[in-house]
Amino acid sequence: MEFQIPNFAPAAAEIFVAAMALVLLMVAAFARPGGGRCAAFWVSQITLLVAAVLSLPVDWSAGVWEALSNSEGGFAMWLLSWLASGKVTFTFGLSFLSDPLGGMLKSLVCLAVMAVLLYGRRYLNDRKLETPEYYVVAICATLGMLVLISASSLLTIYMGLELLSLSSYALVAADRDNPRATEAAMKYFVLGALASGLLLYGISMVYGATGTLDIIEVARGLYEQQVNRTVLLFGLVFVVAGIAFKLGVVPFHMWIPDVYHGAPTSVTLLISTAPKLAAFAMAFRLLALGMWDLAPQWQKMLMIAAVASIVLGNLAAIAQTNLKRMLAYSGISHMGFMLLGLMAAKGSPHDLFNAYASSLFYVVIYVLTTLASFGILLMMSREGFEAENIDDFRGLNRRNSWWAAMMAIVMLSTAGLPFFVGFFSKFFVLQAVLSAGHLPLAVLAVLMSLVGAFFYLRIVKVMYFDEPTDDTPVRASRGFGLVLSSNVLAVAVLGIMPGWLMNFCVLILRSSFG
Amino acid sequence: MEFSNLIFYAFSIVLLFSGVMVVTSRNPVHAVLFLVLAFCTAGAIWMLLHAEFLAIAIVVVYVGAVMVLFLFVVMLLDINIDRLREGFWRYLPLGLLVAVLVVFQMAVVLRGDYFQLESLAPPTAPAANASNTQELARELFTHYAYPFELASMILLVAMVAAVMLTLRRRENSRFNNPVDQVRVKRADRVRMVSMPTERDEPAAPADAGDAPPAEPK
Repeated sequence: MEFQIPNFAPAAAEIFVAAMALVLLMVAAFARPGGGRCAAFWVSQITLLVAAVLSLPVDWSAGVWEALSNSEGGFAMWLLSWLASGKVTFTFGLSFLSDPLGGMLKSLVCLAVMAVLLYGRRYLNDRKLETPEYYVVAICATLGMLVLISASSLLTIYMGLELLSLSSYALVAADRDNPRATEAAMKYFVLGALASGLLLYGISMVYGATGTLDIIEVARGLYEQQVNRTVLLFGLVFVVAGIAFKLGVVPFHMWIPDVYHGAPTSVTLLISTAPKLAAFAMAFRLLALGMWDLAPQWQKMLMIAAVASIVLGNLAAIAQTNLKRMLAYSGISHMGFMLLGLMAAKGSPHDLFNAYASSLFYVVIYVLTTLASFGILLMMSREGFEAENIDDFRGLNRRNSWWAAMMAIVMLSTAGLPFFVGFFSKFFVLQAVLSAGHLPLAVLAVLMSLVGAFFYLRIVKVMYFDEPTDDTPVRASRGFGLVLSSNVLAVAVLGIMPGWLMNFCVLILRSSFG
Repeated sequence: MEFSNLIFYAFSIVLLFSGVMVVTSRNPVHAVLFLVLAFCTAGAIWMLLHAEFLAIAIVVVYVGAVMVLFLFVVMLLDINIDRLREGFWRYLPLGLLVAVLVVFQMAVVLRGDYFQLESLAPPTAPAANASNTQELARELFTHYAYPFELASMILLVAMVAAVMLTLRRRENSRFNNPVDQVRVKRADRVRMVSMPTERDEPAAPADAGDAPPAEPK
């Protein structure tokens, strides 16, 4: 077969980030010992910003102004459809897929990591952990996520996953003199290696059954009934286990509380936000795209994982006094909710897109609110003091009423109280679950959300009705405070008008698979 | 049974045996040596499959480089094997039970015939002068260039992370900076002193000899 030079343009964001990771490494190498932090920080921020723009799912070749003047439904509608106008293209054979869904997720990942690096900067600086290498590894983790999102071959999925995981292990261990952090890193590393092994075993079975590594070819083989279904199903079990580990849903959730608790908070912020977007993309590509004809089977597996996660996550979170552990368990239950959306995809194309869009909406909102909640934890921490217990929030309203209000918004939204965005994300998922005909599941999910509301509301209660135990003023630098506040206000504003983001999610999915 | 099958089974038995010995042998140096044996036999099995490049690579890279390094580490570090093995016998029954169950379940699902090996066409034998290395390189640098580059990024991250996690700067260690040593100029080391030429003079007062010499300009 004659080889043709592949089209590099769809992979511009990945190539750029990889090149900049090497540039950052040079910054780290030639900086004075102990220096170069500031340069590394700004280089990585610029890298991520450019990568976010490069991966926007926009059809740049379309005439922008003509389209704007011809558009109906006003500027907002035009903007949304322009943002979803990217084309679906393959490159590097069939192993790289660039589509609006991937473009949107990649942009969001870059923006999320930008926020993560900004929020974590002072925290790392206080603990003498801010080194140029930290940024190099964080950028490599981002590259892993980008690769994972745009992968459409089992091989590239695995490569992206390993790049992401390896960087995460290193970041968790960054605080190497802290025994809790090294223990967390060790657990994460061993369990992660096990999960990679499971996934790889599943992939080898899929390859054995279909004879190809490209997801599209797997799907076609299944559709044309040319594959060995038993072996494929056998592989599917292991693939689902690998995905479940990455998302951190029951029964592959054991690492989440320990790792979130043990890692430096800024690293917890990194591993609890952006990788969830990448894991969503991975689940979507592997299951919904590659093994759609096995949907009845994997949907049952996801259902079990989702129900177990929602129950365990909400119940276990009640007993936590450490806020990082509580948010970890809450994350488990949220990922369960997200899986409910993926699992409910059946029926007419309209229902199908709604179910996937509800899941996408859920994970985007989860990332936005988690950024805010861990961001506030990072802001409350200072040199020699780690704000991670619920007691540290006692009487926050007396100490700083603005940040108390911000934390209250985030907690109420995460709890899913009406007219905060968390309510709508749960609402859309439940709508999809109901239209798929799973009434008991929906009832259970609502009941468990009510249980979960307890521990979010407890934080609000502690902030407003308890006496402060610590009078140190809560301060944030101007840039940090501004970005964190706008992050929280975005949660609030999206709660008032969730419709456009949901429309956008549907639009993205339609233009990816229309 | 063909002769190559016989060789395959012989090597497989050695491979499995050495794999078990890696885990169970009491002496870590023996474990490493068994791992070397495992790699060599795996290389031989690859050779049977006409994968010559991989066979050579595993011997050169793993046995020649990685394992030797490993052996150094094992010999230099004082590894307390008894503490590592603590709980081995306690957890062994549970682990064995889980392993047997998993193998049993997998065997029930996949009873040999599911793979339908006979329905697949046998692979075509490579031509006598085909170069395995050349073919591998061609595939690796064309169709698999993207995953290949990603693999290099993964290795880079591993290297950066290893340095990040282990490099410690000692505050009070003394060392020569080679950059400064190279950049040194003659003026830094040699000092030209212009002294007044000595003349025969009448004997100076006795205390003049004890006075410190004037600082040269």
